[in-house]
Amino acid sequence: MAEAAQSLHPSQPLKHGHSVKRHTGLMDWITTVDHKKIAILYLWAGGIFFGIGGLEAILIRIQLIKPMNTFLDAQTFNELITMHGTTMIFLGVMPVIFALMNAVIPLQIGARDVAFPFLNALGFWTFLFGGILLNLSWVMGGAPDAGWTSYTPLSSTGYSPTHGVDFYTIGLQIAGLGTLIGGINFLATIITMRAPGMSFMRMPMFAWTTFITSAIILFAFPAITVGLVLLTFDRILEANFFNVAGGGNPVLWQHIFWIFGHPEVYILILPAFGVISEVIPTFSRKRLFGYSSMVFATILIAFLGFMVWAHHMFTTGLGPVANALFSVSTMLIAVPTGIKIFNWLFTMWGGQVRFTTPNLFAAGFIPTFTMGGVTGVMLASAPADFQFHDTYFVVAHFHYVIVGGLVLGLFAGLHYWWPKMFGRMLSETLGKWTFWTFIIGFHLTFFVQHFLGLMGMQRRVFTYLPNQQFDLLNLVSTIGAMLMGVGMLIFLTNIFLTSRRPADAADDPWEDGRTLEWTIPSPPPEYNFKQTPLVRGLDAFWKEKMAGHKGMTPSEPVGSIHMPSATILPFLMSVGIFIAGLGFMFSRDEFSSSIMSFLFNNYIVTALGLLITFGSMLMRSLFDDPGWHIEPEELEGR
Amino acid sequence: MTTAHAEAANGTLPHEPEKATLEGRNKVLAFWLFLGGEAVLFGTLFATFLALRNQTNEGPSANELFHLPLVAAATFLLLVSSLTSVFAIQAMHRGRVTMLRNWLLVTVLLGLCFLVLEIYEFSVYIRHEEFGMTTSAFSSAFYTLVGFHGAHVAFGILWISVLIGQLMHKGLTVVTAPKIYVSAMYWHFIDVVWVFIFTVVYLLGKVG
Amino acid sequence: MTAALGLILAGCGREDLSVLRPQGPAAESSFALMKLSISIMIVVLLVVFSIAAYVWIRFRRKPDQNEIPKQVEGSFKLEVLWTVIPLILVVVLAVPTVKAVFAAGNDHSDDKDAIKVKVTGHQYWWEFEYTDYGVTTAQDLVIPAGKDIAFELSTKDVLHSFWVPSLSGKMDTNPDGTVNRFSFSAPNEGVYRGKCAELCGPSHGFMEFKVKSVSSTAFEEWLASMKAPDSVLPDDPALAETFKSQCLTCHATGSMQDLSQAPNLTGIGSRESVAGILLNDDTRVDGAPVEENLKTWLHDPQSVKPGNKMPDPKDLGLSDEEIDGIAEFLAGYTLD
Repeated sequence: MAEAAQSLHPSQPLKHGHSVKRHTGLMDWITTVDHKKIAILYLWAGGIFFGIGGLEAILIRIQLIKPMNTFLDAQTFNELITMHGTTMIFLGVMPVIFALMNAVIPLQIGARDVAFPFLNALGFWTFLFGGILLNLSWVMGGAPDAGWTSYTPLSSTGYSPTHGVDFYTIGLQIAGLGTLIGGINFLATIITMRAPGMSFMRMPMFAWTTFITSAIILFAFPAITVGLVLLTFDRILEANFFNVAGGGNPVLWQHIFWIFGHPEVYILILPAFGVISEVIPTFSRKRLFGYSSMVFATILIAFLGFMVWAHHMFTTGLGPVANALFSVSTMLIAVPTGIKIFNWLFTMWGGQVRFTTPNLFAAGFIPTFTMGGVTGVMLASAPADFQFHDTYFVVAHFHYVIVGGLVLGLFAGLHYWWPKMFGRMLSETLGKWTFWTFIIGFHLTFFVQHFLGLMGMQRRVFTYLPNQQFDLLNLVSTIGAMLMGVGMLIFLTNIFLTSRRPADAADDPWEDGRTLEWTIPSPPPEYNFKQTPLVRGLDAFWKEKMAGHKGMTPSEPVGSIHMPSATILPFLMSVGIFIAGLGFMFSRDEFSSSIMSFLFNNYIVTALGLLITFGSMLMRSLFDDPGWHIEPEELEGR
Repeated sequence: MTTAHAEAANGTLPHEPEKATLEGRNKVLAFWLFLGGEAVLFGTLFATFLALRNQTNEGPSANELFHLPLVAAATFLLLVSSLTSVFAIQAMHRGRVTMLRNWLLVTVLLGLCFLVLEIYEFSVYIRHEEFGMTTSAFSSAFYTLVGFHGAHVAFGILWISVLIGQLMHKGLTVVTAPKIYVSAMYWHFIDVVWVFIFTVVYLLGKVG
Repeated sequence: MTAALGLILAGCGREDLSVLRPQGPAAESSFALMKLSISIMIVVLLVVFSIAAYVWIRFRRKPDQNEIPKQVEGSFKLEVLWTVIPLILVVVLAVPTVKAVFAAGNDHSDDKDAIKVKVTGHQYWWEFEYTDYGVTTAQDLVIPAGKDIAFELSTKDVLHSFWVPSLSGKMDTNPDGTVNRFSFSAPNEGVYRGKCAELCGPSHGFMEFKVKSVSSTAFEEWLASMKAPDSVLPDDPALAETFKSQCLTCHATGSMQDLSQAPNLTGIGSRESVAGILLNDDTRVDGAPVEENLKTWLHDPQSVKPGNKMPDPKDLGLSDEEIDGIAEFLAGYTLD
């Protein structure tokens, strides 16, 4: 057995076995490299940012509750819409997606951790510090105000003179780095860390969508990295990329932004597809209908997702040829998406459908997401989009996809895997209350917005004139938003009450678990699998159950398990980038204190930050991590 | 696998020590993926440059600015350094640590020479041609694209230098071998990017 | 079904504003595609909803149900079916889409009969230049009913988007170098509401304008009166001097040479609105009489349109009486 563990890490001599220093409390969280703890960190951080984004949404809706409202001024409103969009997408839902991926993927593929536990922690901390930097804008001179798309020239220093947009570019740059690291990590994990017997076509659907999503991240995020660099250079170094007077081209920003931005939409929705594809089979007690076509459809969506970006730019003036091509390519995405929807429906067909909270959310997802999908096809028709574009119709469409699709999917996933993550079942009663208030509130908020857009209300307006027949629908929309807020509060109450109950969830608490995560304790021990399981087919655990087995057949004897050491370096590296970012942002400012001016204007703060980051990186390279071992005797007790 | 470990312990390594462990294989795979992302990054920078390369805003144009002999020399240095890094990996595969170290040293030195030429080139543009970051959209795109590449070269020099130190200190093991291998991948990637820069920025600038 | 849908949707919104009540061929073309796509999509939704409702009810797990359901891998026939049918639906929508895209591509810029209008977006007002006639106006776009209008769109500052929902889809105004052209016409006489559809700063929501479609004779008269008058000044010489030195440094009137920093004021008393957002309406249903609106605007431009570039007249040293006087003068500055 010693060989088995060693075969994973043959370079590590066993004698270093117990040299590990175990941290407790806050230090444990700051230094952890355990994917299960990082998942919880992602969930907390993402949840807090989601809450901030939600409050921003409520403020926006209060301002729009009646015509010519003066609850917020125009500038604040623009800051709120910018931060709402940016926060929700980059800091709210993406981390929660990463929370689920981290919590579930290694378990689903029968691995003891991700391929790069250190990078996993680094990804989280860079995301967190990027998010903190972006939100610091509220208290450091004004938030970004040019919309989450930050179209130039509005986002240039000439028209947005505060540091708001700098917080946007640098904050997103740092957070995006974390996402990119996470994407590479999950790709490598899924390619190399699968348990024996788990071929690609035996992987659970959530593992597949995580895999494809990570691939999209890898190829889409570098584009926005460059876009943000160019905008930063324009704003801080007075470069001319988007500055017309210097020969620059503002439309270039739109291309770069959407070459990233449209794949980003699929980065968001594919994991939700994965969650739904896990929840529905479990609660129908039936295998996923058309598994291979689901895999194929996922790949096709990702592929097409890279060649439709200009459908966000039909009114930019690209000419009929481009508009026609991008119209048709966009419409084509409806085909693989349709395949998925019908496959889910036919998974339930002939099954035994149980409406637990996760499955309620999955059931709510199907019609709601379909509505978002069909309006997407309508938007794809360029001549019709000339009317839809930048109106509340578009606002309704993308909220149907992102909230009605992704957020419902995340709710399904969180309720479904909560017992696995925390060892406690969330209350079913409160869960159902969450579902009904949230989904009714959702449709109230956004269904009417389709009509607002068609009746001539453009998006991003801080108020509107009376007598345009907008008043009633806006009132309804605001009431709906409040109801969604109530749903969120019930969910938080549920979490709070559940956390006070004993952690007594069974290994397979839903009783119909089909995949490997349900074969191990809830929550799993830090090494996940005492023995790496042998996978004999799709839905590996279900297959064993049907064969009359209680658990998986191990693929190795019980033996010493090698674990990576906790480390504070990822945290320090992120702090360094954070300092460097702030330093660069203020490098052209004049400070009242001459010492401050000296430190910032000579890039000393930036250099200091980079020194911390690269110094930590050097430490990581110079001092190899011997890791530590959990010996068989310790395992026997558990 | 255990044999790999044993060999590492008594000084003999498998033919491809960078792929002897799961960690090593993961590292090489992830680095390929990373280079995929880097390709998109440089692709976007190239697209930006191509979109803006004629927007000279009454500043110097590519044709007026570039002196091909200097750039050709830089290109030659970098291409040769790519070759020497191939020699280094061949030495590593044969287990010849000293030769490996020497080839890495040559690679770093060539990279340094390239960087010196680039800094000289930039300083000439800024001082004598009044061609700075803020001159025109073309200048911004030029400095950003070529500068990004230059920063990559600088990072590569530091990285490989650190690895030479580790090689001397820790020897060639299944831990250091993957690091050296991926740094060589990185170096080749930088080289390929430069070939594109040479073509798209300099040759096209002179011709177009 | 499409026709029925058209009827239902036509109930939505104001005739002069709603996408669903098209008043010209361009808007009708968009609306026809919308009706087609909505019809297809409603069918799709009905199918999905029906199957969903059926499986939820029919295959709900019963309390005593413990046998294992048949584990179906899939069905080649079914999967082909729901790949091919959506594909056909996409083609049904794609063909008219492509046709309409190319039809909308006809910008009438070479059409001798078309009225050429250069539209320039400013934070936060619209400038309309009739290039063939040497006439420039702001906020109210006056066009002859039934004629094709060939637009050339650009911006002096940030991106805006020129949108008259009941007449046509929108088009962005880009800076020089990426100027856009498009065309629409308004067969019926009337006043239509236009909006800026691209976030352009705090007062983005207030960057409204009007399209006045008039008979061709009325249009000719309007052009003549725009071109004819000499610079009109207030009767009171002191006020006239103030107006000249404080207002006409940015704003143009009558035959003055063009200043495009600020809206041209010629005939401002006949316009539909003040500053695009204070609607002139003597009946007080949608707004207030023009003089009152002008006073509201001139006494505190920032509170009416936050972030706009007009200096506060008080900061320019104008007294309340002078401001009121100028407002009265401008209210009386009509074209007839």
